[in-house]
Amino acid sequence: MKIQPTPRSPLHQPALHESGVRHVTGEARYVDDLPLPPGALHGVAVTSPHAHATITRRCADAARAMPGVHAVLFAEDIPGSNLIGPIVHDEELLATTLVHYVGQAVAVVLAESLESAQRAAAAVEVDYEPLPSIQSIEAAIEAEQFIAPVHVIARGDVEAALRQAAVRVTGEVACGAQDHFYLETQAALALPEENGCLTVHSSTQHPTEVQNEVATVLGLGAHAVVCEVPRMGGGFGGKESQATPFACFAALGAHATGRPCKVWLDRDTDMRMTGKRHPFLGKYEAAFDADGMLQGLWVKLYSDAGFSADLSLPVLDRALFHLDNAYFVPALRFEGLACRTNRPSNTAFRGFGGPQGMVVIEEVMNRAAHALKLDPAQLRAKNFYGAAPRDRAPYGQEVPAEHNRLQRIHETLMRSSDYAARKQAAAAFNAGSAWVKRGLGYQPVKFGISFTKSILNQAGALVLVYADGTVQLNHGGTEMGQGLHTKMLTVCAHELGVGVESIRVMTTATDKVPNTSATAASSGSDLNGQAVAAAASEIRERLRPVAAGLLELSEDEAADLRFEGGVITHPNSAKSVPFADVAHQAWVQRVSLSATGYYATPGVGYDHATGSGTPFYYFAYGAVVCEVEVNGLTGEHRMLRADILHDVGTSLVPTIDRGQVEGGFVQGVGWLTCEEVLFADDGRPLTTGPSTYKIPAFGDAPLDFRVDLLPKAPQPGVVHGSKAVGEPPFMLAIGAVTALRDAIAAFGEAEVVLSLPATPEAILRAVEHVRAG
Amino acid sequence: MDCVTFHVNGRKTTVRDVSPTTTLLQYLRGPLHLAGTKEGCAEGDCGACTVVVLDAEAPGGPRWRAVNSCLLLVPLLHGTHVFTVEGLRSGPGDEGLHPVQRALVDALGSQCGYCTPGVVMSMVEACHRTDLDAGWKLDDQMCGNLCRCTGYRPIREATSSIAGLCPDDRLRAALSGKRDAQPSLDYATDGLRGSQRFCIPTDWDTLFDVLERHPSHRFIQGATDLGLDVTKHGRHFDALVSLQGLSELRRLDTNGSRWSVGAGVKLADLEDATDHAVPPLSRMLRFFGSRQIKNSATVGGNLCNASPIGDLAPVFLALDATFVARGRGGERRVAAEHFFTGYRETALQPGEVLARVEFEAPPPTARFASYKVSKRREMDISAVSAALRVHVDDRGTITSACFAFGGMAATPARARAAEAAALGQTWSEQTLEACAAAIGSDFTPLTDHRGSAWYRSTLAANLLRGFYADVADEPMPRLPDRPTGTLLGGPRA
Repeated sequence: MKIQPTPRSPLHQPALHESGVRHVTGEARYVDDLPLPPGALHGVAVTSPHAHATITRRCADAARAMPGVHAVLFAEDIPGSNLIGPIVHDEELLATTLVHYVGQAVAVVLAESLESAQRAAAAVEVDYEPLPSIQSIEAAIEAEQFIAPVHVIARGDVEAALRQAAVRVTGEVACGAQDHFYLETQAALALPEENGCLTVHSSTQHPTEVQNEVATVLGLGAHAVVCEVPRMGGGFGGKESQATPFACFAALGAHATGRPCKVWLDRDTDMRMTGKRHPFLGKYEAAFDADGMLQGLWVKLYSDAGFSADLSLPVLDRALFHLDNAYFVPALRFEGLACRTNRPSNTAFRGFGGPQGMVVIEEVMNRAAHALKLDPAQLRAKNFYGAAPRDRAPYGQEVPAEHNRLQRIHETLMRSSDYAARKQAAAAFNAGSAWVKRGLGYQPVKFGISFTKSILNQAGALVLVYADGTVQLNHGGTEMGQGLHTKMLTVCAHELGVGVESIRVMTTATDKVPNTSATAASSGSDLNGQAVAAAASEIRERLRPVAAGLLELSEDEAADLRFEGGVITHPNSAKSVPFADVAHQAWVQRVSLSATGYYATPGVGYDHATGSGTPFYYFAYGAVVCEVEVNGLTGEHRMLRADILHDVGTSLVPTIDRGQVEGGFVQGVGWLTCEEVLFADDGRPLTTGPSTYKIPAFGDAPLDFRVDLLPKAPQPGVVHGSKAVGEPPFMLAIGAVTALRDAIAAFGEAEVVLSLPATPEAILRAVEHVRAG
Repeated sequence: MDCVTFHVNGRKTTVRDVSPTTTLLQYLRGPLHLAGTKEGCAEGDCGACTVVVLDAEAPGGPRWRAVNSCLLLVPLLHGTHVFTVEGLRSGPGDEGLHPVQRALVDALGSQCGYCTPGVVMSMVEACHRTDLDAGWKLDDQMCGNLCRCTGYRPIREATSSIAGLCPDDRLRAALSGKRDAQPSLDYATDGLRGSQRFCIPTDWDTLFDVLERHPSHRFIQGATDLGLDVTKHGRHFDALVSLQGLSELRRLDTNGSRWSVGAGVKLADLEDATDHAVPPLSRMLRFFGSRQIKNSATVGGNLCNASPIGDLAPVFLALDATFVARGRGGERRVAAEHFFTGYRETALQPGEVLARVEFEAPPPTARFASYKVSKRREMDISAVSAALRVHVDDRGTITSACFAFGGMAATPARARAAEAAALGQTWSEQTLEACAAAIGSDFTPLTDHRGSAWYRSTLAANLLRGFYADVADEPMPRLPDRPTGTLLGGPRA
């Protein structure tokens, strides 16, 4: 292979997606595409049809006798622990005496084909005695079913603020679940190896957790299990903790039968068995002075955790941490409770509770703007964090004014989006149109970056340079489409001074980088990027004297050597040598050409007991102005235009970041408008495929979509001045709700009451309410 | 016994011993080891499985059509050509990429890549279409491909950059190749649950023989609904009879204002033909389903399915169409109004097939529009659909009224009370308001995940209200480029 060196560092330059060509040719492999070794079996779970029931009998005699069936496994067949869970082990991999939701696994069938496994699964006899079930947050509150005691964040005298308020806004706001609808459903392939060991190919955001849980379930040491992730066809949080059970099923099958086992879920099964974004209920009381300054905020947040803890407590924490969004709240009391219900265990989803928290404060802002007769954008801007003392988050962390970009983004966006003129134009349009109204919405976002469980803020990398100058790059992050590999490639190429063409990003594997954190919390490039930079720069520094030797330079002169474009150059003498020659010479001189890199985020920590600390390393900022048109006869709407200005620091790869901003925004709009997860009263899911569950389609993207990245905004202390981007833009979508409310308000005088998701039906109800006065 | 034969990426494949209910997607990913095409839902609603199939009998000459391979049963491909994402390259390396592939990579139109093979194949159809001259057509071409990552902007840009390019690629070469008429097929296999047969008769006598020989047959056309019985319900069929070999069924004829639409006409072709000529029909077809579905589904399939939410039915009711059934004994004509006899039941007798639908294009005196409202505008099933038609005489009096609705009852049905409230009255906003008030007594709709009874009832009334404004300037308006919905309800700047 002839490698064409890139003339300069690829850092901060536009780049294509590292896998783009393989995506469009069909070469890109996902777990379900891996060729199956001979003798491979397919695993299918037998699941509960009841939301809550006692298991009275299990019998697999008929299923075991069916052709092609190799095993039917119950809880007793698990050699290690039957208990799994990402934080606390409170879920049975296979239910023993009780089932807690429709879709919970009771047994796993392994057969020679998917069809025979499905038929055998239907033949496994499980008898149940149904029990009363809890199907809503309200019912759980009534029954006092909570995952953990209340989490409180408080400061100042909120009671006094509420008493003295010029304007008080009181109410409730609920937001619904959201299915991840990653296009690639959950999948795992377990390959048995010598000595009881296994390799598990899993579509997971958290290979270390798969490794550890498989080891726990099989009673093995972690060293006996390797987890590999080729890539994911989307994750969005849905494969942070919930890829694990399916990998465990495959591993259990491989262990029991000695054969390769694959577990792949069809869409219906995936949507039935897996948790969603947590629905939330927020009760609030807010105090504003006559100028519209927020004086006090009391919020009680309830989340629907589903049947187990999963990640519900950190999701709730993050919801509480984002009840302020971009606004300084002088006095506050925030309380959060995660409710236990008989639903699949709700889990991580882009934003991780942040969106649910922000929906509450944004509802407050919209209602306060109505009460104060202020433009909702102005009201928001005047309440921004600012200079001391308006620079303290509710949990006490400083929101440093020198890095606070809210005002700068606000002013730029108001100008670039022509907000004021378009508000007027919409009003003029509305005056001449009885049934069709337009509205604008403005939404700023401040989002805290770091895992709020501080120990998770660490990452590793392993860089291997071969004697021909080519490079293999391993890091602990997983690729789910977000472009992490593209960014890591860029960082590695920059540090080594080689072209991206000579670097291969390897499959994420736990035998290359151990003890990794999930690729989550928008942290993938922040954490892994630092680790990659550390590993690559260590090798570069080992190569420096080797290159100096080849160029006959002194030790002092070696310090001036530049590694760029696949060539190592001494600028003063213009002497240069190809990187490949230096790599070869290093091998000759017996210099190590591999290195690990490691990074831990400094200075983060949070005390749950006091509700205070520094959970975040820094904050990401952004804002949107969007415009919608609403049909008051049908409730349908269309987003005409969206202008986003987002702060990604100095982007590692701006083309990738733009994709995250656009995709996150549209996904958020889906959550708040067309995506509606529905269950029957008895807990049966009613939306188990795209025919019944509607994510945004092609025409739901804004007709005119303008996205800019905030220029000249390096973030100190983050890899090459960049910032996290995965989640923050999701929450910009709340601006769509404000825009819809603005349009709906034009139908009458009454205050808008709009339930979420704002489906056509919900919008039509809101229109009728406003028209009725 | 016949084998099923067709070409995949230019290579002939001969199918034996796989069940006739095997989907094309299963066959590609399984026996053919072409794993590029993905399964995202197996219900034709995400587009990840999209491939292109050569339609040799398309009205304007042979063309490539994007279709959902998850719903197509393998025997339906008998005698045709399929291209998948693996078949596009002209050679190795970046230089060998198809222009569509190049455009999508350059636009960063893939993130996770799982929807991408399907997106690419929908773009391939776009690239070989020369009629994508409006924004809505581009949306319509691509709306069958869900992407969860990108927010669609880059896919939109990539698609508009290649639309109508008609490159000199392998697909174009295949279009100009020699084409045989649809070969007949009689294919059967034995499986765990007994034998299954699949027949493609190519003349009427053989068809009627097959129907008599296999009384428990089911007809299959585009498989966009029947495919779900296979993929979602694992249903077994003793005998499936495809009507694709009867080329007469694909005829779409006009004689003056008289239209005759064969039952095998694909919805995409009906939409093209009626775009300007019969706007009430083309309006309904705009957001009927994805391009892939419209490329597969047929007029006869949609009508004979007799679903209360089959969106063509209300329009044909309002067009006062005649359904022509054909049996061994000859033809029988049934008024549209008498065709739908119950929930998913029609007036067709055993041994009969729907041959064609005939109707008069509405005269200029008609005020006529059709509506579809669903949770999501594109690629969704109606909460309510409607076709509303009135005739107004010179004095402004309503001389006839037909308000046909889908989604409001067990069958597509007319709102008789609302019609009565219109008849003989002056064409005015007040009259339509009276109709809207009257429609409450016409229907008792259901509550389900598409909408509550309240929503459906309110919509039905509001569609009547909005109808007045919609036809104020133009009696049979076409939809504008990218409307908020099918009901316009007023001016659009």
